[in-house]
Amino acid sequence: FTSKTLMQSNNKPPPARYGGRHTVTLIPGDGIGPELLNHVRELFRFSCVPLDFEVVNINSSITSEDDINNAITAIRRNGVALKGNLETNHTLPPSHKSRNNVLRYTGLDLYANVMRCQSLPGVQTRHKNIDIIIIRENTEGEYSSLEHESVPGVVESLKIITRNNSLRIADYAFQLAREKGRRRVTAVHKANIMKLADGLFLQCCREVASGYPDIAFDSMIVDNTTMQLVSKPHQFDVMVMPNLYGNVVSNVCAGLVGGPGLVPGANYGHNYAVFETATRNTGKSIAGRNIANPTAMLLASCLMLDHLKLHDYASMIRNAVFATMNESLLHTPDIGGQGTTSEMVQSVMRNIKSSGPLTTEL
Amino acid sequence: PNHTIMPNQIIPPPAKYGGRHTVTMIPGDGIGPELLNHARELFRFCCVPVDFEVVNVDSSVTSEDDINNAVTAIKRNGVALKGNIETNHNLPPSHKSRNNLLRTSLDLYANVMHCQTLPGVQTRHRDIDIIIIRENTEGEYSSLEHENVPGVVECLKIITRMNSMRLAEFAFRLAREKGRRRITAVHKANIMKLGDGLFLKCCKEVAAGYPDITFDDMIVDNTTMQLVSKPQQFDVMVMPNLYGNVVSNVCAGLVGGPGLVPGANYGENYAVFETATRNTGKSIANKNIANPTATLLASCLMLDHLRLHDHASVIRKAVLKTLSETQLHTADLGGQGTTSEVVQTIMQEVQRNGFLNPKHI
Repeated sequence: FTSKTLMQSNNKPPPARYGGRHTVTLIPGDGIGPELLNHVRELFRFSCVPLDFEVVNINSSITSEDDINNAITAIRRNGVALKGNLETNHTLPPSHKSRNNVLRYTGLDLYANVMRCQSLPGVQTRHKNIDIIIIRENTEGEYSSLEHESVPGVVESLKIITRNNSLRIADYAFQLAREKGRRRVTAVHKANIMKLADGLFLQCCREVASGYPDIAFDSMIVDNTTMQLVSKPHQFDVMVMPNLYGNVVSNVCAGLVGGPGLVPGANYGHNYAVFETATRNTGKSIAGRNIANPTAMLLASCLMLDHLKLHDYASMIRNAVFATMNESLLHTPDIGGQGTTSEMVQSVMRNIKSSGPLTTEL
Repeated sequence: PNHTIMPNQIIPPPAKYGGRHTVTMIPGDGIGPELLNHARELFRFCCVPVDFEVVNVDSSVTSEDDINNAVTAIKRNGVALKGNIETNHNLPPSHKSRNNLLRTSLDLYANVMHCQTLPGVQTRHRDIDIIIIRENTEGEYSSLEHENVPGVVECLKIITRMNSMRLAEFAFRLAREKGRRRITAVHKANIMKLGDGLFLKCCKEVAAGYPDITFDDMIVDNTTMQLVSKPQQFDVMVMPNLYGNVVSNVCAGLVGGPGLVPGANYGENYAVFETATRNTGKSIANKNIANPTATLLASCLMLDHLRLHDHASVIRKAVLKTLSETQLHTADLGGQGTTSEVVQTIMQEVQRNGFLNPKHI
């Protein structure tokens, strides 16, 4: 097995950069996406981050695929994107695929979804000191959107697992674990029931594991995993899994560290990277009310800055966000407070200003 | 087609000769045999009019004779109590999970798990009371997989209108019988539009006939996140097979672990009772440290099914009373008690309540 050793920061050519400034595609999405991404833009302008956003709007209510194709072209050009979640309109026919999904697997092949679940200081949770990295296959599995009704009343939904994709996600997982100095990778599966499919996934993980003797590898069935997560989450280090289990496990972990407003997520491919909130919520019911928690989106933008190798800016903003998190008075409703989004963002800006570097006027 | 099935109402009562019921017992692997032995001891002690017909299923052979014998025995008796049968991963993929075969042969289409915060058990969440109704025969567990092209596996998830309708009917009837106010369907229809879309549509159709019960739906990822932060918002939940597996396990973890929650599998004509999370517990087998609560509560569910309600209540009360004694807690609850101590205490508790039993223990 020849591995295409792709850690984004090593072999890939750095993304578009003209005159010392990066250009990043921004997809506002629906619900709370637009307002939160506006805050990100404000914050970047305030902190003098050398980055310009190319905004591409996608209208989720129409069936035409032009919008999403434009977005894919823009991301291909810029290499990096920051996005809000796009709503999937259930009343449209099944042929109208989820736009988020199309973005991930069609043009951009963003095969690895990475979510780092860390207990944040200042946030009250039932479990403390959680630090789990979840690596989820992002393009196949149950999300193949291949369904048909051969006989009326009987629907077949295809879950596809391929050797290629399983090997590369496993490879990604072990490389990331090694890079971050992690000791153990756990594969999550249901191979006792789906023997061929999850069995293939597990086998690929084992093959890759043998090339990383410094990292311990074990496996756990998904039902036991979710039960262990709610009782003893500290036993987990790095977890790798197919698409659907990744979805469920990510959400369980997000719930454990404080909810969907706190955790950033990243989608990596060989050539492109797209950053968003980890649990991909549209937040329709809280949109436009200035109560959404900006933390997840701000931390996602920091992940993006790290990807662009603007590490100083990333740390500065990240530290400011953590400092703001410590002040429970500013907590937004999702973590039990009564603060507003703008108050939180203002506080982040103040923290940045007081830490010294050049900023624009508040 | 209108499948009007309530587990305790329309099924003809199971085999009962001379006033005694006969129930099939499948010891299974791991901690199954020892825990089911305890259940048998306890039944004998309490003079429960149930005889067990033990059918062993050898999980290490590929022959399907064992499991077919078990299915025949259950068809004869109507009711079974079982431990989990291990699925040997080293055997070829054609060797199906024995537990799965049992469920599909007997068409046990509804898996019901009642997750309740139990007194005496320390958990991070309080006041949880959720009934989970899970489709038990199709979905991702169809065991239909093939490798058309080397390195590409297709795994079929089947959702049918018939099974979705009857499961939804079962759920709404059960909710009504138990006086529950709300049913939530758990799905991923934004991605699996046809499959989960069909399931959701069937639930909505059935819901229309039960205006006294509120019906809503939630996507599975949001559901699991809500479960770990605010589980008290859920009342009754209905869902396809795989989500049922995951959600059951999350809920079991929330109320204290796999050793506490009993499960029941109902079909039109048969019922099989076991622990809710179906663990084999190989690593703790024969060490006298397994928690017998789940198995014993499952046997109480079985007694209720056989309409031996008095016996069921006596045993259930004794089990819950014993559970509140923290010094007896087994290792999975953070204690150091042994299985036999717990069972002894339950027997003492039953005796104390004056129930007819033999003089010697």
